[in-house]
Amino acid sequence: MKLLYTSCLRKEFGGLVAVNDVDFEVEVGSITGLIGPNGAGKTTLFNVITGLDEPTEGFVFFQGKDITGLPAYRIARLGIARTFQNIRLFRELNVFENVMIGRHFKGTHPFKGPLGVLNAVYALINSRREERDIYENSWKWLEFVGIERYHAELPGNLPYGIQRKVEIARALAMEPVLLFLDEPAAGMNPVETEDLMELIRRIRDLDITVVLIEHDMKLVMNICDAVTVLNYGQKIAAGTPAEIQRHPQVIEAYLGREA
Amino acid sequence: MWNFLSLLVVYVEIYAILALSLNLIAGYTGLLSLCHAAFYAIGAYVTAVGMTAGGWNFWFALLMSGIMASILGFFVGLPTLRLKGDYLAIATLGFGEVVKNVIINWDSLTRGPNGINGVPAPVVFGIQFGFDTRFGYVLLYAVFVVLTYAVVWRVVHSRFGRALEAIREDEVVVGAMGINAVKYKVVAFSLGAFFAGIAGSLWAIYNQSVAPQTFDFMLSVMILCMVVLGGLGNSLGALMGTVVLVLLSEAPRLTGLTSVVPAQFNQMFFGLLLIVVMIFRPQGVLGRKRISYENEVARILERRSM
Amino acid sequence: MGLFHLSLAEMAQHLWNGITVGSIYALIALGYTMVYGILKFINFAHGEILMMGTYAGYFFYLALNGDGVYPWSLWLFLISMVGAMLVSAFVGITVERLAYRPLRSAPRLAPLLSAIGVSIILSNLAAFLFGTKSKRLDYPFQNETILLGSLAITPHQILIVVAAVVLMVILKVFVDYTKLGKAMRATSQNINVAKLMGINTDFIIALTFGVGSALAAAAGMLVALEIKIYPTMGTLAGLKAFVAAVFGGIGNISGAMLGGILLGILETFGVAALGIPQGLRDTVAFTILILILLFKPSGLLGKKEREKV
Repeated sequence: MKLLYTSCLRKEFGGLVAVNDVDFEVEVGSITGLIGPNGAGKTTLFNVITGLDEPTEGFVFFQGKDITGLPAYRIARLGIARTFQNIRLFRELNVFENVMIGRHFKGTHPFKGPLGVLNAVYALINSRREERDIYENSWKWLEFVGIERYHAELPGNLPYGIQRKVEIARALAMEPVLLFLDEPAAGMNPVETEDLMELIRRIRDLDITVVLIEHDMKLVMNICDAVTVLNYGQKIAAGTPAEIQRHPQVIEAYLGREA
Repeated sequence: MWNFLSLLVVYVEIYAILALSLNLIAGYTGLLSLCHAAFYAIGAYVTAVGMTAGGWNFWFALLMSGIMASILGFFVGLPTLRLKGDYLAIATLGFGEVVKNVIINWDSLTRGPNGINGVPAPVVFGIQFGFDTRFGYVLLYAVFVVLTYAVVWRVVHSRFGRALEAIREDEVVVGAMGINAVKYKVVAFSLGAFFAGIAGSLWAIYNQSVAPQTFDFMLSVMILCMVVLGGLGNSLGALMGTVVLVLLSEAPRLTGLTSVVPAQFNQMFFGLLLIVVMIFRPQGVLGRKRISYENEVARILERRSM
Repeated sequence: MGLFHLSLAEMAQHLWNGITVGSIYALIALGYTMVYGILKFINFAHGEILMMGTYAGYFFYLALNGDGVYPWSLWLFLISMVGAMLVSAFVGITVERLAYRPLRSAPRLAPLLSAIGVSIILSNLAAFLFGTKSKRLDYPFQNETILLGSLAITPHQILIVVAAVVLMVILKVFVDYTKLGKAMRATSQNINVAKLMGINTDFIIALTFGVGSALAAAAGMLVALEIKIYPTMGTLAGLKAFVAAVFGGIGNISGAMLGGILLGILETFGVAALGIPQGLRDTVAFTILILILLFKPSGLLGKKEREKV
């Protein structure tokens, strides 16, 4: 079953077409890789799907519903979480607090519709039990990712590898159905990358579908069930890792045509 | 002497409420608001008009001041809080000027540039306040300062406050976490405006008159400076900044040097202070207050081992 | 709409008046927009820098011309205006060096507050040095209204428009066709790349402040003939010019010119056609500000700034 798919998705920035008629599909329960040379439009595709950018044309469907053009916070609440290419943690909040933010919207929202503003007021007077829930659950995810000992640290003081893990914990705290990881292995050494692979597998074991943008081919080929390849904003191939590796257009995109 | 001292303390108390509430908006939520004086003005005028023309009693006027200011904050915030940093500052600046202009021009309601005189002193718990009850003011207003501090504290140490800080840090990402940033910003803004309105009411009562010239852009700047000086995002810092700046601006009067020191030197020193603090210690004297979760973590681990 | 209460002749009159006022706004707005274009920073002290230059120009004129009106008074006035421009340029460059440069990499709030501090210092310094009473700068010529049909034009208005147009043309030519102008444009588009290309960005920034301040001082001198000179003269004019800059698209030079003229016209028409009382005249500017920020924050000619995620 397709958990997520885009249809003729197009994103233009002025004259530049960053995403060009892309039909991107994600099967439920899979680990899907999204690869392509730098500037191929992978992150832009992420941004459009998750609502941080609006598509110029095309549609995005999640769990059968049309989520095209919805604001980011609505899409997040529907069950899509993500991390960022250049690590965007809240710098003046410590690790624990960062993860708690991921947990935030899970709190009760008794007011619907236009009165929704009062929800924020409600969060103000919220119960001790809800706060405790947040602490417990956030801690749980810190432990899952294995970084609980850094809970009191400010992100800026931590090595990149750990910061990426904090971002992942924060996203997991949202208990998403679909998790987008944008270059999670960037800047990691082989040991850390192994560690990450293990973590991603464990995430999949929780019935969370994972999509990852990556440049580390070993990682991609190793854990992905399906891979989509973008080049210059267009989808040039999609299939199993083995199929992709043999695909002539993919090889050309990465290595160039033989002179 | 005591007269002057109690006046100083009352000034500090009123400004403290302004600084604490602006700290919530600017320090914690990171909204560059340059119109806090406008909410102060609205509170002051609501009380002044209400008590003179409307015959309201003090407590009702006080409450209405806060509510009206906060309602205006809500309606102004709704459209403008979608704007980024600098643009928000400009918009609030514009709004502040509009409010002042409207007050000056709506003579039928506000008596224009002459302001409203003869705001009656309040009757609190049966005691008629007035010139003789200087200490009464000091004590009564202190209660409001404590109230404001407590509310801000509760906000900051809650899920809501945490969301505000996250919004300050990175509004885009906060959206990706399922939080509708604009809603939270509007609530924070309105809440801050509420207390500014309360402060305005207290001013109207104490001064027993209100005039539009008081509530200008410079005042908004001064309140912002109190917050920045002490440390953005630090309530204690806001209090400290208030005390320092009120003392500074009244220093010539305090030391009896009014005739020697030209009026402008005061302001010039203030301007210089601003520049120097920004260059050498932009985080303010006390810096931002960080919350510690050691207790909560300990409790979680305890529950595990049980 | 109110416009239809006016005859064509009246509309033409208001249009002319608006253009005159707008030219002043445009000259001042250029300073804001050029600085913002390069540093992404709003120089809150721009109005006060203008004021300082205008005072200087006033003293120059007094020294050169004395009290009367002579055939050569106009030339002396123009020379004083140049003097004012130089003084403002100097003040602007100094302020940048001392109060803004140390904060170039600081978060937004710091240079903003520093600029406010500069603004406070300058206006109080002026009050201290020159007194708070306003000073009169007499017309260096007979300012009798000329009638072109039913259109009333004063020589002062002609001077303003001509001077403004000349200055703006010079600026446009400078920015678009000279090497330094190209360096300025490059720096405003991407300061880091400009540095890598060997452009001395510190110098370019100083130059930008200098030119912007000079233009504003010219405006100050032109308008001082009518509104007199006082320490806080920069505040309101500065604020409105700022609205003009945002209106036209902050960071865009043509935008500042357009925004200034349009603001002048809208303000004049607003008061005349919509019957807005003089007291609320300034509110027109702020209302435009809020409206433009709500509907097109990038201004009439500005580009939408994208945040890279």
